[in-house]
Amino acid sequence: MSVLVGPDAPVLPPSAPVTGEGVVSRLLRRKLAVLGLLVIAAVVLSAAFAPWIAPYDPNEQFFDGLSLEGAPLGPSAQFWLGTDLLGRDLLSRLLYGARNSLIIGVVANGAALIIGTLVGVVAGYFRGIVGTVLMRFTDLMMAFPALLLAICLAAVLRPSLWIVALVIALVNWVQVARVVYSETRSLSEREFIQAEVTLGASRARILFAHVLPHLTSTVIVYGTLGISTTVLLEATLSFLGVGVQPPDASWGNIIFENQTYFQAAPWLVFFPGAAILLLALAFNLVGDALRDVLDPTEEGRG
Amino acid sequence: MTAEPVLSVANLTIAVGSGTARRRLVDDLSFTLHRGETLCIAGESGSGKSLTSLAIMGLLPKPGPVVAGGSIRLGSEDLTALPERAMRRVRGDRIAMIFQEPMTSLNPVLTIGRQLVEAIEAHRDASRADARRLALEALEAVRIPEAARRMRQYPHELSGGMRQRVMIAMALALEPDVLIADEPTTALDVTIQAQVLGILKEIQASRGTAVILITHDMGVVAEMADRVVVMREGQAVESGAVAPLFAAPREDYTKALLAAVPRMGTGSEGAPVATVAVAAPVAEIRDLSVRFPLKGGLLGRTTAEVHAVAGISFDIPAGQTLSLVGESGCGKSTTAKAIAGLVPYAGSLSVAGRPAANLSAPERKALRRDVQMVFQDPFASLDPRMRVGDLVAEPLVIHGIGSAAERRERVAGLFERVGLQPDAMRRYPHQFSGGQRQRVCIARALALRPKLIIADESVSALDVSVQKRVLELLKELQAEFGIAYLFISHDMAVVENISDRVAVMYLGQIVETGTRAQVFGSPRHAYTRRLIEAVPVPDPARRRTAFPRLVGDIPSAVRKPNDPPARLALRDVGGGHLVAAE
Repeated sequence: MSVLVGPDAPVLPPSAPVTGEGVVSRLLRRKLAVLGLLVIAAVVLSAAFAPWIAPYDPNEQFFDGLSLEGAPLGPSAQFWLGTDLLGRDLLSRLLYGARNSLIIGVVANGAALIIGTLVGVVAGYFRGIVGTVLMRFTDLMMAFPALLLAICLAAVLRPSLWIVALVIALVNWVQVARVVYSETRSLSEREFIQAEVTLGASRARILFAHVLPHLTSTVIVYGTLGISTTVLLEATLSFLGVGVQPPDASWGNIIFENQTYFQAAPWLVFFPGAAILLLALAFNLVGDALRDVLDPTEEGRG
Repeated sequence: MTAEPVLSVANLTIAVGSGTARRRLVDDLSFTLHRGETLCIAGESGSGKSLTSLAIMGLLPKPGPVVAGGSIRLGSEDLTALPERAMRRVRGDRIAMIFQEPMTSLNPVLTIGRQLVEAIEAHRDASRADARRLALEALEAVRIPEAARRMRQYPHELSGGMRQRVMIAMALALEPDVLIADEPTTALDVTIQAQVLGILKEIQASRGTAVILITHDMGVVAEMADRVVVMREGQAVESGAVAPLFAAPREDYTKALLAAVPRMGTGSEGAPVATVAVAAPVAEIRDLSVRFPLKGGLLGRTTAEVHAVAGISFDIPAGQTLSLVGESGCGKSTTAKAIAGLVPYAGSLSVAGRPAANLSAPERKALRRDVQMVFQDPFASLDPRMRVGDLVAEPLVIHGIGSAAERRERVAGLFERVGLQPDAMRRYPHQFSGGQRQRVCIARALALRPKLIIADESVSALDVSVQKRVLELLKELQAEFGIAYLFISHDMAVVENISDRVAVMYLGQIVETGTRAQVFGSPRHAYTRRLIEAVPVPDPARRRTAFPRLVGDIPSAVRKPNDPPARLALRDVGGGHLVAAE
């Protein structure tokens, strides 16, 4: 029988990939992920230490911040990224605005993810009457114009940063719930879940040990994609007057305040736009890498 | 066979990757095929047999393996040198191919007729009416009943066997010189397989088509081949005419492969059944029935019911193996799932004297401990995100057995017992081969020391040599731990090799049950006999002269709500051999 030493042979191939290496160290081996982490760290630090880093007060209107005709100034040695329509220093506003945008992007988006995942998993795993009620409610929320809802909520409750975050979370969880719901449904049909049932595993165990880990990649993808959309949604809300209230800055409302002067003073839109793009890209890079690193079936591959 | 070969493959090498990472998947393969001849390429998974057929068709996946050397000559043309445009003309017209899974190779949203007509029109300058006539003739040639009506049907309206016949009709409509059939009957039931093989032979005899049949099933090889090429890891191990190759294989690998094939009629002579004094059965199943409602209409009312299991009763003797055999849709897997508690059922069942009805949560958990299941597909039944050591330890964790260190030790013991190295515990399921993964599943089922293990087609997806060793392992474990098996299979030869008792299921009911010797030695029910006769015998000397020409399909198990099928009465024909009246 020795000639049949084939795929079933109990001897394992010697080229076994290294297993058991920590998630963090594997993440740090990916260059793009490290780059993303560095960008995120830079944004977080500048938001936290804005008062010390920023060259000027973000709300101070400089007399020499405007040209003689009253137009904003482009980047110069005095105002590195130029000034805005009111003669305020753009760099300082961006640094302070990073706080608000990060809170919106991370907190609001995180809350949306948590609500969406919870609703989706519960509806998808337990189904029955609970699932039907939850998903019909989700459909209802989906059909409801998100912007209108946000405006209503923000109008009823006094506008503040945290209200904006709450509103965005309430609007954005719906898509996550839908996707997580269908994914959970197909997961719970998979044979290894049935195998768990025959072992006598409780529902909680199946849910937490076997269903949720398989949802990580979906949730991570949605989470990273959501960062940029939430930052922009906040900008829309600010534009409509129900977002971050002026004179406080956020990256979104800087763009919206200045977008009509895009041709005359492009830097006013370019720099905050680039900041949003960079942050979203960084989160995407980290998210992608995290998804791969957390997936054991990717282990040992490029 | 003096004429020029229709197809000749010379020194074919297929490789993937480049530089040092280059691997040869098919290495220096040569064979010729003459008109009217059937060449079987036999081998286990990974032997390169399917890759060879794709290379002949010019369908190697891109990017991926490429033909790195050698030639494939069809008549005088070298197909490896042909540009894609010219190759498209050859495909379908001069070389046709049929695949394993007929459902995925037919377009589900087009009628059978339309697909056939389009295939003909693509190659022939025929009018629509002519193409239709050719299509109809092709369907009639593969003996599809009511061919004209079938032309208007969609693939999902046909059974698996019918669909495969449509594929054959489509392949043969243009009268190609060469037909490549890649595992054409692997997805079909044995009785259907026999019909499809019969049709292939018949058509070949009447038209002189040269056939390349790719299969892992040595029974099919013995039945169909004129010549055989045995492949292993990309190389031709042995080739030659079928009769001498089976009678006196030269190579060790061929010998081992043939020895591993489960054979009908040998099991009964094997080790005598351990005639344990009739102990209390480990499981008693009474009047078990499972129905699935089919909802329809505006209000989602039940419009029909599938009677998957229609009232069956049997005992599973302790420490022995009871096999449920039958063809797809007969309810054998549903029975297994009902016993494992995965589907709701009517009737009563008890395991180890403990009735399974009205249980509290802890009682149900205790019951689950006694009954474990090994599924068909070891790829699907292990959580891909967990290490196999954790997977095997999981039942112990769930039932709160032992400390972490004790569990680790026990898992290591289990790994060793099923023939895996304990240091494999840290790996993930995808790092194992199919057979190894099934061993992990078995270790997992063993962890709780159950009284009953349900093996639902557990060896069906494995290569024969692997299958043989897994079956041996199962037998050893039974002898060692006294576990009873409920062995679910469609493979009569495997069943005959492992079972103590056998129950044959048809349309949700048991039509015959008895000891292995009773059922296989003197089958009484017509269906049992048909099943046994349909199994291809891995011996070219015992080739069938006539194939069953059963045209009908198995009747449907779908019935109106609250209209259960009549219960078959089982009659004892002696010694506990029960047979349904016909």
